[in-house]
Amino acid sequence: MIKEYFRRFIRPIDPWLLLFTFLVFLLSTIVLYSASNQDMDKISDKFTFLGVALCVMWVLASMPLQVLMRLALPMYVFGVLLLIAVALFGSSSHGAKRWLNIGVTKIQPSELMKMALPLMLAWYFHQFEAHLNWKHFISAALMIVLPVGLIMKQPDLGTSLLIAAAGFYVLFFAGLSWKLIGVMVMAGGGLAYVVTHWPLCIHILREYQCQRVATMLDPMQDPLGAGYHIIQGTIAIGSGGMFGKGWLNGTQTHLDFIPERTTDFIFAVFGEEFGLAGNIVLVLLYLMLIGRGLTIANNASTLFGRLLAGSLTLTFFTYAFVNMGMVSGILPVVGVPLPLVSYGGTSMVSLMAAFGILMSVGKDRKLMKV
Amino acid sequence: MSRRSELKNQLAERYAFQLRLAAAALFVLVLFGILVARFSWLQVMQHARYQTLAEQNRISLVPIVPPRGIIYDRNGVILAHNFSAYTLEITPSKVGPLDDCINRLSKIIDITPKDRRRFKKLMEDTKDFESLPIKTRLNDVEVAKFAANSYQFPGVEVKARLFRQYPLGEVASHLIGYIGRINDADVQDLDDAGELPNYRGTDHIGKVGIEQSYEQELHGTTGFEEVEIDAGGRAIRTLKRTAPTPGKNLVLSVDIKLQQIAEDAFGDRKGALVAIDPKTGGVLAFVSKPGFDPNLFVDGIDPQSWNDLNTSPDKPLNNRALRGTYPPGSTFKPFMALGALEGGYRSANATINDTGAFSFGGHSFRDDKVGGHGIVDMYRSIVVSCDVYYYSLANVMGIDAISKFMGSMDFGSPTGIDINGEVGGVLPSQEWKRKRFRTPATQKWYAGETISIGIGQGYNAYTPLQMAHATATIANSGVMYHPHLVQFIVDGTNGARTQVEPKPEKILPWKQANVDVVKHAMEGVIKEGTGAKAFAGAQYTAAGKTGTAQVYSLKGGKYSESGTKAHLRDHAWFIAYAPAEDPKIALAVLVENGGWGAAAAAPIARQVLDYYLTGKQPTQAASEVESSDSD
Repeated sequence: MIKEYFRRFIRPIDPWLLLFTFLVFLLSTIVLYSASNQDMDKISDKFTFLGVALCVMWVLASMPLQVLMRLALPMYVFGVLLLIAVALFGSSSHGAKRWLNIGVTKIQPSELMKMALPLMLAWYFHQFEAHLNWKHFISAALMIVLPVGLIMKQPDLGTSLLIAAAGFYVLFFAGLSWKLIGVMVMAGGGLAYVVTHWPLCIHILREYQCQRVATMLDPMQDPLGAGYHIIQGTIAIGSGGMFGKGWLNGTQTHLDFIPERTTDFIFAVFGEEFGLAGNIVLVLLYLMLIGRGLTIANNASTLFGRLLAGSLTLTFFTYAFVNMGMVSGILPVVGVPLPLVSYGGTSMVSLMAAFGILMSVGKDRKLMKV
Repeated sequence: MSRRSELKNQLAERYAFQLRLAAAALFVLVLFGILVARFSWLQVMQHARYQTLAEQNRISLVPIVPPRGIIYDRNGVILAHNFSAYTLEITPSKVGPLDDCINRLSKIIDITPKDRRRFKKLMEDTKDFESLPIKTRLNDVEVAKFAANSYQFPGVEVKARLFRQYPLGEVASHLIGYIGRINDADVQDLDDAGELPNYRGTDHIGKVGIEQSYEQELHGTTGFEEVEIDAGGRAIRTLKRTAPTPGKNLVLSVDIKLQQIAEDAFGDRKGALVAIDPKTGGVLAFVSKPGFDPNLFVDGIDPQSWNDLNTSPDKPLNNRALRGTYPPGSTFKPFMALGALEGGYRSANATINDTGAFSFGGHSFRDDKVGGHGIVDMYRSIVVSCDVYYYSLANVMGIDAISKFMGSMDFGSPTGIDINGEVGGVLPSQEWKRKRFRTPATQKWYAGETISIGIGQGYNAYTPLQMAHATATIANSGVMYHPHLVQFIVDGTNGARTQVEPKPEKILPWKQANVDVVKHAMEGVIKEGTGAKAFAGAQYTAAGKTGTAQVYSLKGGKYSESGTKAHLRDHAWFIAYAPAEDPKIALAVLVENGGWGAAAAAPIARQVLDYYLTGKQPTQAASEVESSDSD
């Protein structure tokens, strides 16, 4: 009886996703212990976040996929409305309007959009599954442009690009023409060229954004300012060598050279103390998670499930890639945490929520088989 | 479509999707491959280089703080400068039990309880690994004593630092302002402005006054030095040095001698005085009394002194010239008169018969003079300060015309002076009242309220700066300049002077004949009117107007100074410009709770004008000068 109950309880959980998540979590706890100077409060916070995140994951995993389908449209509309509200009466901080003050706390609606946009697009394509044509792709592109434009205006270039990517992945899996993808890649390359050439740049982006790109190309331009993060991050990673300086032995880390070393720049700590070997282990673990996600997408019984799982998995990849890329100095510094590793509740919960949805997609197939 | 082809179709779709998945997997592998290649490059190929960098990193970049710009008055007198001194500094995170360390230190160097309190306060605002001064301005003996014992005190060191000093102490404290230690809010602001990197190594920032509003010019650009350091933390050699750019020096339009005379003229009384050169808008004196000693703030103010300043009933930290708002009383009358002429509401020759009161809506508005001034035209109305004339004038003009005319002279809005925190005051109008109050009954403007507006009472509330600005505008016949305190910005490295160009803010389209009527009447005030006694024997012609602003309305009975509590006594005003035929200075004086304007405020103005125009130094305090006793 109890056994049966337990089985039902764990049925929605995908054991592989859970296993790899735990392994990454384990590594991240070890790094955080060092990065935070043995701050046990942060460690226990991290476990609290994990607890909450597991609950969210379980709830979403147990939720039938049809329920998520029904939620797609309302969530998207609600998300867009919140973004409009932010533009109209959002509260500013650091010169950006990203938050909505709802009395007790401030919420950042772009967080909701990270989940809502792929859901919405997957649902939309699912409606026209049998006869998808180019018009559907145009409407879908508009559904991406609307929230992305609003977030870009806040301004929050990093988040808007990541959300645009999440939307683009759905289009890609739904069968966006290869030719068009080729054109978009070239356009992206062109834009990158423009951005890296100062005089043109300031007409398109804000000055500080240009500054970041220019700094990435030559951090020594501004060694105390914008270049500081990049220089110290690469020094930490580079000085780690093949096997690292060893746990708790990173000089960059412990002499306070790495800024935000428990959050966005935690990977620099990782690279310094565990070296290339450690980095490869982390990349492999991420690869396992991504592989499992793509497998779930492959096995999904509905188009909705396939698109959703594919997009969420690639989005997860994008976060990991962008964070490690920026810390190791091949991408500009945008505020993206390292998935499951950076200290912070919001990021942990929203990632585990995405895993919950993946599990729900995976479970859907199991039900079909039975 | 048959079931079969549908199935086939699904299979085709499935296949297409799998192709995409494969492409995605490839995409992931390639990008992760690039990352791993980057890691290998950094951690294997470049490892040796980065290892060296990490070693050097232990102390590589040392910021060199630029010297802060010096502030001069218009004649080159130093108002704020820097001097180098030794300080004893503690890095709290490095010294173990702090109190024990300070106790041991105090056996070598005298550390007062005040020093301790100030240090504790500084610690609250900063991080533990920052080095903080426990005692500043060590003398040579103290430096030597510490040097001999320094081995006992790891985490404590003597450093040579530049200190800000205000050699004149309290004089002009409100306009110069002061610098203080950078706190979290400052860091946030600097970060938002993208200025934070330039403040590495800097502990101080302008907090109020010129020091704050010209922070960018005064600060300069931080340089840095790349220093190689051995394992023990000693600097071995400098690898590279980028020199700092010193902050720019400022030359104010203020004449500090004039400022000092003005401040002394106030004696112990509270109030404000603003004197402006009407032809440029340059501020000549900017007084808010009482003042404070800005030097107290430089090393971090100790809590006791801070508390004293904050809780004093005289509110010495309050910049009355910039932020205090008061009803202008009768000094409002010349502006009312000009408004009446410009709007065609009353001609200069038209007379009224003042019998001592003006009746409106069953209410009687009384004149100061019992029995009234008799037949009064515009000239006399200003010279004798006839209230009834302006009660009736305000009634004729109506509130909308009054507020429109006064608004054109910046009454009720900031003048745009170049220090932060200026307030606008209140220029009452129907619209203002609608916004200010909540309920419909209180939002409505009553015609009776317009009557007292005419004599500068009611909701009227302006800063002394605004009054001086408006007086300068009359003196200049309608050509307005933004008042400004800084005249030149001087590059300390090459001496290049940039003038803060006086540009007219606007030119008011007044008829010269109308302005002349008002100016003539204001000259009359000095010659034969309420200001005559204060200006007896002046060697120049002046024009002015006295004012006495009620703090609260008397219910019956005549105002008597001795019978009223000090903080409820009337505010004394005086506005003036001189010489009358070619004004070189315009000013407004306010003496808080000073009583009659003619008695309390006009003598202060006299001393300031005397000095500015003839170089005559006052021989007695203005407060002791005998003067006329009516407004």
